[in-house]
Amino acid sequence: MTKQVQELDHVIIRFAGDSGDGMQLTGDRFTQETAVFGNDLSTLPNFPAEIRAPAGTLPGVSSFQLHFADHDILTPGDAPDVLVAMNPAALKANLKDLPRGAELIVNTDELTKRNLTKVGYGKNPLDDGSLDGYKLHPVPLTSLTVKALEGQDISRKDAERAKNMFALGLLSWLYGRPAEGTLSFLEAKFGKKPEIYKANVTAFQAGWNYGETTEDFAVRYEVKPATIAPGRYRNITGNLALAYGLIAAGQLAKLPLFLGSYPITPASDILHELSKHKKFGVRTFQAEDEISAASAALGAAFGGSLAVTTTSGPGMLLKAETVNLAVSVELPLVVVDVQRAGPSTGMPTKTEQTDLLMALYGRNGESPVPVIAAQSPSDCFFAAIEAARIAVTYRTPVILLSDGYLGNGSEPWRIPDVDTLPDLSAEFAFATSADKPADGDFKPFSRDSRTLARPWAIPGTPGLEHRIGGIEKADGTGDISYDPDNHDLMVRTRAAKIEGIASSIPPLAVDDPSGEAKLLVLGWGSTYGSIGAAVRRARRAGHDVAQAHLRHMNPFPANLGEVLRRYDKVLVPEINLGQLALLLRGKYLADVISYNRVRGLPFRAAELAEAIEEVLSHE
Amino acid sequence: MSENIELNQNGPSRLRSLELVPHAGGLAAKDFKSDQEVRWCPGCGDYAILAAFQAFLPELAVPRENVVVVSGIGCSSRLPYYVSSYGMHSIHGRAPAIASGLASSRQDLSVWVITGDGDALSIGGNHLIHALRRNVNIKIMLFNNRIYGLTKGQYSPTSEQGKVTKSTPYGSLDYPFNPVSLALGAEASFVARSVDSDRKHLQSVLRAAADHRGSAFIEIFQNCPIFNDDAFAPVKEPNAPGLIRLVHGEQVRFGPSGSMGLRQADYGSIEAVEASSVPESELIVHDATRTDPSYAFALSRLDGYEFKHTPIGVFRSVERQSYDDAMAAQIDTVRASGEGDLARLLAGNDTWEVV
Repeated sequence: MTKQVQELDHVIIRFAGDSGDGMQLTGDRFTQETAVFGNDLSTLPNFPAEIRAPAGTLPGVSSFQLHFADHDILTPGDAPDVLVAMNPAALKANLKDLPRGAELIVNTDELTKRNLTKVGYGKNPLDDGSLDGYKLHPVPLTSLTVKALEGQDISRKDAERAKNMFALGLLSWLYGRPAEGTLSFLEAKFGKKPEIYKANVTAFQAGWNYGETTEDFAVRYEVKPATIAPGRYRNITGNLALAYGLIAAGQLAKLPLFLGSYPITPASDILHELSKHKKFGVRTFQAEDEISAASAALGAAFGGSLAVTTTSGPGMLLKAETVNLAVSVELPLVVVDVQRAGPSTGMPTKTEQTDLLMALYGRNGESPVPVIAAQSPSDCFFAAIEAARIAVTYRTPVILLSDGYLGNGSEPWRIPDVDTLPDLSAEFAFATSADKPADGDFKPFSRDSRTLARPWAIPGTPGLEHRIGGIEKADGTGDISYDPDNHDLMVRTRAAKIEGIASSIPPLAVDDPSGEAKLLVLGWGSTYGSIGAAVRRARRAGHDVAQAHLRHMNPFPANLGEVLRRYDKVLVPEINLGQLALLLRGKYLADVISYNRVRGLPFRAAELAEAIEEVLSHE
Repeated sequence: MSENIELNQNGPSRLRSLELVPHAGGLAAKDFKSDQEVRWCPGCGDYAILAAFQAFLPELAVPRENVVVVSGIGCSSRLPYYVSSYGMHSIHGRAPAIASGLASSRQDLSVWVITGDGDALSIGGNHLIHALRRNVNIKIMLFNNRIYGLTKGQYSPTSEQGKVTKSTPYGSLDYPFNPVSLALGAEASFVARSVDSDRKHLQSVLRAAADHRGSAFIEIFQNCPIFNDDAFAPVKEPNAPGLIRLVHGEQVRFGPSGSMGLRQADYGSIEAVEASSVPESELIVHDATRTDPSYAFALSRLDGYEFKHTPIGVFRSVERQSYDDAMAAQIDTVRASGEGDLARLLAGNDTWEVV
């Protein structure tokens, strides 16, 4: 049967099911197929913190949203065009996000009375007219899968488990995705269990064939490859990019990489990844707690490693004292905070930008720390290199802010040419015996005139023996000092060193195509994509809107004050209650307008576009 | 687990914790004295420990620059400032963690941790037990004065119950830790105890610790003359009757003219007996290398701070691969099949070309 093919410029698909239904895997595979096909894409995994919440319940619903297009896109999309609901809980939890007219594929086998009652459906929603507004495709996914696997040597339970591959096969057919990658993936994953491998392949193919033969799907869709910059691409999540950035930074600085870490959602994947790369000499130390993780890293930094500790907000609290010691002893330390919803345990798998002020100010004393924020999953790679550059050049702890959305979300990444990456080893040198003055003792708190960095004199260097600690140090000698004027000098010197980093960072770039904009939308971190998409919408609607995005949160780029003054209005969207806005008001007396939503999810482009319209309407 | 070692093996070969550390001879105690004025209270036991340590360091035959002393917070933790090697006076309780990161990334260093009963057993208890369990090649000297000195006299986790201090005017309610028992419970591979005023003994224990590859834990009874004077007076008397000097391979004898001995008692415990009252074969010959820690633990339980029977010396010294050795070996094994290639790593396996 030849089916009609309809061309689309973009599609947003959401796979939703029970935590045990393999939705993340299904989404990952569809993403990989889509990447290889050449669409631009952006993903949003969304899953509960519980490993297996009670089956079939609303809290147990796990979903994966994928936005792909024939042009460059910036976000995982606001509302799905297609929802695949593997059970009633997934249907109920996700239907509110589905616009009328969207495609809805429902696994009818799971619509049993018991399952429906469990999530509060009085009647079968297929029968009560509540789904009338959607292009509904009722598909008995489970029984079709089981039937396709009849005669194979597996249990009924294992056969049912393969239903996600049936769904993947169906969707892959529907959108003309190449299947080869998934087939070889299944072979790698299940190769050692031939019967499971065979079942998954059969289920995938059965899903594909079902699409081809059933009359329920009359139209097949095509989303052409996007025109993007030439080069070799791969798909990458933020946590993976960040781990690679750290490995690259170690190589570029010619320093051994040491990671001290304690498992925490959503940062653990960085520890997992780095623990694989012993070929690069990476040392990973899974510590007894967050404090020890940071402390061990600081010990390694004293010894001359590129030292890193990774965590999320609750761990940042515990690391504060180590970061503060690193400020005091002036040793390099990269501290990665993959932010998540708080306060306290909050919502571990949900995203937020709420740790900015903690990163800047969450320590006793005057304790300035440079702060960097990554803006997209692949940007985590470059942000990690930049954090390492600042740490080793200026001998300071640096806080790198990512978040749950960046960490788990993915996008295509043009693989950089290693030769184009910065040579961090040119930025610093260990002190050597030649640094000991002929006429006196080595001065561990003397300073480089340009960077104000103190010497990094590592144990094993003859003649430079010295003691450091958290007690105030005399300028130059580093001896314990309680002298009032010396303390004032040291407080100001440490502050000046961090402020001075601004001279090494590029000025804030403003995207203002017409040059006529009166409104600047200024963001930081993971909102880059949503803000960019919203600004595009506003421009398409005929408005002049400028956009700028901060990467360096401390110190700010030197031209930030001037940029703020250039615009009549500055809109600052943040997934917090206005933390950057507070800084801008405090530092620049800028009367910025905040837009804040703290829902544990990225902004929707539509809500930001509305916020822009709202501000413009008051002109 | 490999075979147990001989203790105090200090012949022509290096001390075992220093096999990867450069060699340097001709150093003297004065080479390890920094120019900083030592600022402990007059009569503090820390002076004696510092002097014993500085006089011992040349024995390591390690260049000064390869010695690192890491401390936490407290009176004892000021010690690194007075030793002219590399040093870090760090955060309250965190010295074992900092030293673990340093020692596991730099096997060419001799890393010493200086800590106290509050620092190591209260705020830093977690790091202490995990450092011991991991067996990183660090030597931990715990100065136990059974009081908080730097904060001017509150009870510590080793203070006796009922102790009247600034924070416990009606007497402390806390039950104290026995540091040696704690270390043994934490799977420490080397556990010893010594006394600040017995320089010769202290140095012999430090030597044994340096000759141990892995974490070494040394409790040092240290007198605080200001806030807890004479806390260890019973073991400091000449020929203190309750003091038991453990010597590996020798029958344990103590008391007047060595008339007392030890023997196994009920449920794995050990009891003190008049040596002449039991058959010779029942008297315990000290063996610090027993793989099972029960014996060393039973020794540590002889004393509950009443100082009736207080063993000092090396309780336990068993061989277990050190964490840093294991970490280095894992890296070497993986690297034997080729070094990392950054371009290859970044490319991964699933790529596509856009033209």
